Amino acid sequence: MKKVFSRPDALKDVTMHYCPGCTHGIAHRLIAQAIDELGIRGKSVGIASVGCSVFSYKYIDVDFQQAAHGRAPAVATGIKRTNPDTVVFTYQGDGDLASIGTAELIHAAARSENISIFFINNAIYGMTGGQMAPTTLPGQVTTTSPRGRDIPSYGNPIKVSEMLATIEGAAYIERVSLHTPAAVAKARKAVVKSLRYQMEGKGFSLIEMLSTCPTNWGVSPLKAMEWLKENMLPAYPLGVFKDREKVNANE
Amino acid sequence: MSQPILMKGNEAIAEAAIRAGCRFFAGYPITPQNEIPEYMSRRLPEVGGAFVQAESEVAAINMLYGAAGAGARCMTSSSSPGISLKQEGISYMAGSELPGLIVNIVRGGPGLGTIQPAQSDYFQATKGGGHGDYRLVVYGPDTLQEAVDMVFEAFRVSDAYRNPVMILGDGVLGQMMEPVRFPPEDADVHKVEKPWATTGAGDGDTRLICSIHLEAEELNAHNMHLHEKYQAIKENETLYEEVEMEDAQLCLVAYGTTSRICRAVIEQCRSEGMKVGMIRPITLWPFPDKPISEAAKKVDAFLAVEMSLGQMVEDVRLAVNGRVPVGFFGRTGGLIPTPDEIVAALKRLVEEEGVTS
Repeated sequence: MKKVFSRPDALKDVTMHYCPGCTHGIAHRLIAQAIDELGIRGKSVGIASVGCSVFSYKYIDVDFQQAAHGRAPAVATGIKRTNPDTVVFTYQGDGDLASIGTAELIHAAARSENISIFFINNAIYGMTGGQMAPTTLPGQVTTTSPRGRDIPSYGNPIKVSEMLATIEGAAYIERVSLHTPAAVAKARKAVVKSLRYQMEGKGFSLIEMLSTCPTNWGVSPLKAMEWLKENMLPAYPLGVFKDREKVNANE
Repeated sequence: MSQPILMKGNEAIAEAAIRAGCRFFAGYPITPQNEIPEYMSRRLPEVGGAFVQAESEVAAINMLYGAAGAGARCMTSSSSPGISLKQEGISYMAGSELPGLIVNIVRGGPGLGTIQPAQSDYFQATKGGGHGDYRLVVYGPDTLQEAVDMVFEAFRVSDAYRNPVMILGDGVLGQMMEPVRFPPEDADVHKVEKPWATTGAGDGDTRLICSIHLEAEELNAHNMHLHEKYQAIKENETLYEEVEMEDAQLCLVAYGTTSRICRAVIEQCRSEGMKVGMIRPITLWPFPDKPISEAAKKVDAFLAVEMSLGQMVEDVRLAVNGRVPVGFFGRTGGLIPTPDEIVAALKRLVEEEGVTS
């Protein structure tokens, strides 16, 4: 019998702490697979952020630094500038990246730091218990928007990929989703491409991964996949928002 | 040592850092320390180092966290309001045991304050500043030569103990010019083994830089480990100078710029027959409490002099522990105490406390 799937070498053989139906596990596996595929386990440095993924270093088997809330792109800058031959990636949720860490994110992109950012967008703060995130959808009920996100008082969600695509220094920006096997297959390619771009010195890239949080959304794991499809996909369309290679090819 | 070179304080500190092997600098413009990042932006690329003008002080200190964790000798500089912003990263560096040099060319506060010199960040530098049970090693040099020497010393201590260190200057030291000599070039000066640095694990075990310890017992053990390290620093790395203390009956305690003025005060007082000496802390943390405690057995009174309304004086009082009077004289807002003001303060102390001199 032919073996068609196994745990990537760069993913530790331990039980993850994530809730049932949460897609962090899938995202971790995609990064570990990409590290294996590119043969870069020994030269990769990850930056864990604050939130549910604070323990990503327990699962992805590479050197890691744990950053203060939102500061992962700044920490990545220090690491990459010190050792340009390492492959440096951050793993950040939406509260970390799109709220408290916007300045560090935007300026890392503006400087075109040669790093990869893996951005988990599940429209809510997970670890702290389901508060409104900058990416929470209009009308979405959270523990700090109990009557639903009301635009006049809470403002509109931030569309990170669209925003970063306007920055000259961004080399590659793509939004993918983790809600179906087909979507995950696409996401896998994007993760590999982001790391490959970094190895080729192309500069800043960000892969936004639409993800689930069944616990704080208050739905079952299966329903969470449907909720993502019905609510997040229309608000956060998938696709490549910036690809310096393609732009250059068209010029 | 090199021939003496006439340099501005900020530039002398920057050049010393490069000669001490600093190869990463991140900073943000703020007066009166701008010559440091400006100098670094010119010099670091010449020696194969990296200069980043950060988007904020918060980003700069977190870049330092990354660079330190990746094994670089690294430095950031700022002035008071900017140092307040860096406290997050300083606490994380202390918690994660990362070495790195932070230079604070202090200006008057609170708030936006003034760009003129002050010593009002003593509490912030020596008592925490950021959150949690940690200590910064803090140097308060009095001359540009000592500032240069302390840059080397600060990097050495920072690497040896894996702890962030600070040079606490002020607007006077940053902006004045004095002749300085640099130690001979030493290409290996910064080569410290850092097996814990995240340089890519190769075929070996992976490394982790972090400050999270969710289990109470685990965090307690980590804090006790840090505490033991701080005790060792106290034991081994405390620096101070005694000036005319052999026969002193009155002891001034002052650091940095203020201690220079106090040297003139000692001369003036002694010409009038007052036996005045000085204990000058060079490390502000660890504070030289032992020599001050020893001096309390001999002198009649202490006078702490600061460009603040009384911060270091609290450490003097702790060391003296009520045995003899401890007076205070300070100016704030960018004003610098004059020798005459300090002499007058000494005479008031003698009169009010009824001590002989």
